[in-house]
Amino acid sequence: MIEFKNVSKVYETGNRAVRNLNLKIDDGEFVFIVGRSGSGKSTLIRLLMRELKATEGTITVNGKELGRLKRSEIPKYRRGIGVVFQDFRLLNDRNVYENIAFAQRVIGASGREIRENVPEILKLTGLSAKYKNMPNQLSGGEQQRVAIARALINKPSVILADEPTGNLDEKNSEEIMKLLYEINAMGTTVIVITHSRGIVEASGKRVISMEKGTIRSDTGQAAAAQADETVPWETAEPNWGGII
Amino acid sequence: MSTFLYCIKRGLVNLRKNWLFSIASTATIAACVFLFCLFYAVVVNVSNIAYQAETTIGISVFFNEGVSAEQKEAFKEQILEHGGVKEINYKSADEAWESFKADYFGDKAEELAEAFADDNPLAESDSYEIFLNNIEDQQAEVDYIRGFDIVREVNYANSVVSALKEMNTLITAVSVAMISILFAISIFLISNTINLAAHFRKRETEIMRMIGATNSMIRAPFVVEGTFIGFAGALIPIVSMLFLYKRAEVYLAERLSSSGQLSALADIATLIPFKEVYPVMLAAGAVLGVGMGFVVSFLTIGKHLRV
Repeated sequence: MIEFKNVSKVYETGNRAVRNLNLKIDDGEFVFIVGRSGSGKSTLIRLLMRELKATEGTITVNGKELGRLKRSEIPKYRRGIGVVFQDFRLLNDRNVYENIAFAQRVIGASGREIRENVPEILKLTGLSAKYKNMPNQLSGGEQQRVAIARALINKPSVILADEPTGNLDEKNSEEIMKLLYEINAMGTTVIVITHSRGIVEASGKRVISMEKGTIRSDTGQAAAAQADETVPWETAEPNWGGII
Repeated sequence: MSTFLYCIKRGLVNLRKNWLFSIASTATIAACVFLFCLFYAVVVNVSNIAYQAETTIGISVFFNEGVSAEQKEAFKEQILEHGGVKEINYKSADEAWESFKADYFGDKAEELAEAFADDNPLAESDSYEIFLNNIEDQQAEVDYIRGFDIVREVNYANSVVSALKEMNTLITAVSVAMISILFAISIFLISNTINLAAHFRKRETEIMRMIGATNSMIRAPFVVEGTFIGFAGALIPIVSMLFLYKRAEVYLAERLSSSGQLSALADIATLIPFKEVYPVMLAAGAVLGVGMGFVVSFLTIGKHLRV
C-alpha cells in the first residue's frame, strides 16, 4: 500500500510543488494521475522514487516510511518500484536483451537468473523476436515495451509510468496501455501519469487529478473497482508465478 | 561472479570509449613511475658507491720525514688500542711506488719509469692504510690521527664521498619535485578521464540508480577503469626498467674494465643487483600506478553518486 499523509514538498528555490497531500493507493490498484504541467505530478513520482524527500508529512510504501530510509536502504527500496518514462531511457549501445538484462545485472542477479528471466519477460512484452535488435531499430511502441520489460524484470510491486504514451501514436499507445492493464491484472500496482484524456476516459480506472500541488479530484477506489471487476484488489503481492 | 565480470567489462568498454584520455593518463602515470624508478636507482646506487668508497678506500696515514720505524709501530699500537679498527696495513715506500707506476703508466710502467730506476720519488711515502669497523666513525678517527705529531698527512675518501652525497641530495630534491609535478598531473588526468566517462555514462548511471543499483555497483566500472589505467601506467616503466637496469649493469662493468684509468673504480662503482632494487620499483608501481588509479577514480566518481 502507498500512503501520503499531509505531504508537502518545497524546493530550495522556494517553489512549493506539493501541498499537504493526502493519498492512499491500495495494493493492486491501477491509478491515473492527471494534471497540468507544474501541478506536482512529477514531484509525486520523484517522492515515490525517494529521489526527493518530503519537506513535511510522511510517505509510506509497503510499510516502509520513505523519510526514515537510510541512504544505503534506498537502492533496495527502488528495486520494488519499476519506472517507465516517456522518453524510454534505453541504453542505445545495447540490444533489447542487454537493456532488459541490465536491470538484473545492476542488482547482482546471477547469470543463470538472467538467462531464465529475460526470455520470459521478452515473451510477456511481445519482444521475443526482437531481442537482438538495437533500440534504434525499434518503433516507439517497441522501445516503450523494452522499457516496461526492464521495469518488470526485477518483479516490482509497483510500476510508476510517467507519460508512457507521450511519444507514441494512438495504436502504439493502446498496446502499451493494454500491456500495463495486463501487468496490473497480475497484481502489480500501476500508477500512470498522463495527459491523454482518451486513455483515461476509456479505462474506467481510478483517476486522481492534481492542481497546484494538491488533489483537485479523486474518482476513488470504489468507482474504479466497480468499473473493472477483473482487477484482483485483494491481492497483497503481485502474482508473478505465471510470468516469471 | 556475473556482476563482477560485468563491472570489469564495462570498465574496459569505458577505457575504449575514452581512449585518448586513457592514453594520456596512462602515459603520465608511466612517466611518473618511470622517473621514480630511475631516480630511485640512481640515488641508491650513488649511495652504494659512496659507501663502497668509504669502506674500501680506507684512511691513508703518511708520516713526517725522519720518523723512525719504532715510532710508526708505536703509532700502530695506539691506533689499535683506540678501538674501532678492522684492519691496519703497512705500505712501504717501494710498494707505494710500484702501485703508482702500475696505476699511471700501465703496461709501459718499466719503460716510462726508467729514469727513476735507482731512485724512489715516493721515498717518504710509506703509509698505514686503516679500515674501520664502522664507517660512521671515520671522521672522528681521522681527527684522532691528525692529533699525532708524527703524522704529515691523512687521506681518506671524504671529498669523494661528500661529493657523491651532495649529488644524491640534489638528485633526490630534483626527483621529488619532478615526481610531485607528474603526480599532480596524473591525478588531474585520471580525474578528468573518470569525469568524462561519468559524463558519457550519465544516462546509464541515472538508469542504474532508478533501477536500484547500489553506489558501489555504479562506482565499480569507473574504479575498474581508473585502476586499469594505473596498472597499465605502472606496467610500462616496470617492464622497461627490467631491461634498462640490466643493460646499465653490463654497460658500466664493460666501461670500467676496458678503461685503464677507471679500472680502479671497478670494485666500488658497481650497480646494486637488480633483484635488490626491483622490489622497491614494483612497490612504487603498485602505489603510484595502481593505487593512484584506484583512489583517484574512487574519489572522483563519488561526486556523481548523489542518491
